[in-house]
Amino acid sequence: MAVWAWVIIGIVVVLILWFVFIFNGLVRLRNQVKNAWAQIDVQLKRRHDLIPNLVETVKGYKDFERSTLEAVTKARNVAQQAVGQGVGAQAKAEGELSGALTRLLAVVERYPDLKANQNFLALQEQLTSTENKISFSRQFYNDSVLNYNNKTQMFPSNIVAAMTGFKQGEFFQVEKAEEREVPKVSFEQPKT
Amino acid sequence: MVAAMGILLLLIGYGLGYIFGGSTTSGIAGLVIALVIWAIMNLVAYFQGDSLLLSMSKAIKISPDDHPRLYNVVEEMKIASGLEKIPDVYIIDDPALNAFATGRDPSKASVAITSGLLEKLNRDELEGVIGHEMSHIKNRDVLLMTICSVLLGTIVILAWYGSRALIFSGGGSRRSSKGGGQGQLIIFAVAIILMILAPIMAQLIYFAISRKREYLADASSALYTRYPEGLASALEKLGASTGQLKSANQATAPMYIVNPFRPKGRAATDLTSTHPPLSERVRILRAMAGGASYVDYDKAYQQVHQGGAGVMPAAALAGAGAVGLRAAAPEAAMKEPEPGRVERTREVGDLLWQKSGYKIIDCECGTRLKVPSNIGRATVKCPHCGRTHQI
Repeated sequence: MAVWAWVIIGIVVVLILWFVFIFNGLVRLRNQVKNAWAQIDVQLKRRHDLIPNLVETVKGYKDFERSTLEAVTKARNVAQQAVGQGVGAQAKAEGELSGALTRLLAVVERYPDLKANQNFLALQEQLTSTENKISFSRQFYNDSVLNYNNKTQMFPSNIVAAMTGFKQGEFFQVEKAEEREVPKVSFEQPKT
Repeated sequence: MVAAMGILLLLIGYGLGYIFGGSTTSGIAGLVIALVIWAIMNLVAYFQGDSLLLSMSKAIKISPDDHPRLYNVVEEMKIASGLEKIPDVYIIDDPALNAFATGRDPSKASVAITSGLLEKLNRDELEGVIGHEMSHIKNRDVLLMTICSVLLGTIVILAWYGSRALIFSGGGSRRSSKGGGQGQLIIFAVAIILMILAPIMAQLIYFAISRKREYLADASSALYTRYPEGLASALEKLGASTGQLKSANQATAPMYIVNPFRPKGRAATDLTSTHPPLSERVRILRAMAGGASYVDYDKAYQQVHQGGAGVMPAAALAGAGAVGLRAAAPEAAMKEPEPGRVERTREVGDLLWQKSGYKIIDCECGTRLKVPSNIGRATVKCPHCGRTHQI
């Protein structure tokens, strides 16, 4: 009888340890996802802050395409309003901002003076890098979400996840069409 | 494998003690002494290693304003690798092409790059190289290789003393313990063989570990950048150069992106090198057709080696999801007009002038004046057009 009692106690202890181990693993992954999201947020904010500077610099150049500039400013405002409205909404707004910025920088190609401007070059390096940082932090965030979701769905950790209420993470997906689209830029002089 | 080296060290310590004392207790004493020596050397390397290495290389620390592109690339790779803190960035004034990472743990790490390499690489290539170094930091290779090289050094020293002791005190201990008989004789013979073989074996193990970590770092770089071609083309440029780094030494060699001592035309499969051959590393990276994950790197490795076992540690392969590659330029028009070779060289040159206390003044005529800080005057005249500038 005593032997059985010990065996049962042993099994229970092992089960509890196992439960704690899995639970802590899940918490760690969830925190990683949160942390990765914070990273994206920092970079997005940086981009929002850079845009007024960029617009100011470019504005100084005569007959720079109004519509392109306005599109960027508008996209930025929309993106800023989307902050805190969930991963999906924010991803969509930021995707549009990326597209507008890409078009702006494509238009810049037509202004050799602007391209040689030191101020603009420094801005462009910051912008390029921020853009890269956004995509790298998105990459890391999505990897983290994938790891976390795998853990919450796979046996046996899914049991622990279901019991303690771990929810799925949401991927940060930029709409493919918007991101991959090569901007169409005509190199003819605009008709006056 | 580190454990194998440790056991080797302990065996040597034990053997030494045994020979000197001629009994099991003194064998254990020798073992303890070996452990103590090892621990002390380790502690010194652990706490001083990075600052020693950086000052030996005459590395100059740079800030984000000194070289925005390099600093940005480091930060980008920090984000991609998920490190908590951005490592310090150093530049070494040396035309040789190389880069290394150091620091005892990821929160206190540094990356250094030679000015020669910084001039030569474009952004994608720089990203690949920094990604490789970031992986050394993230995987704590610096710590691992420090332990390994200290182990190696201790083994070599102990074996050296051991062999001297054997030659000069010529088995005196053996005679003193007459009754020991056959068993002791065998142990004595094993000890001698061990003294000779241990340093060689330790060295081979050390090189094998180092090469494995290089493969892992290459694979991680591909994973972080999602663009193996960047690192591949950087490695090609590295392979084409012949300059040797002045400030490198044997102990620190594994931390560099390419072996700083590689002689030209080294055999392709070499057991005595800290790094796998460059051409092979390039071929593996270029063979990664399917994706950028560790699994894809492992497949590419097997493909280049015509089957056989992979090279990635099992822990890295487990749970790795499919990872796509990215195109050459992720944001086609966003790509800055890449500064060419000349601009990059000028950029790095100016940075080094500034870092050695010179002030740079751009004259309206296009001349760039470099003024030493101890000039002792308030104005300087442009030798080209004669305009006067305030310092």
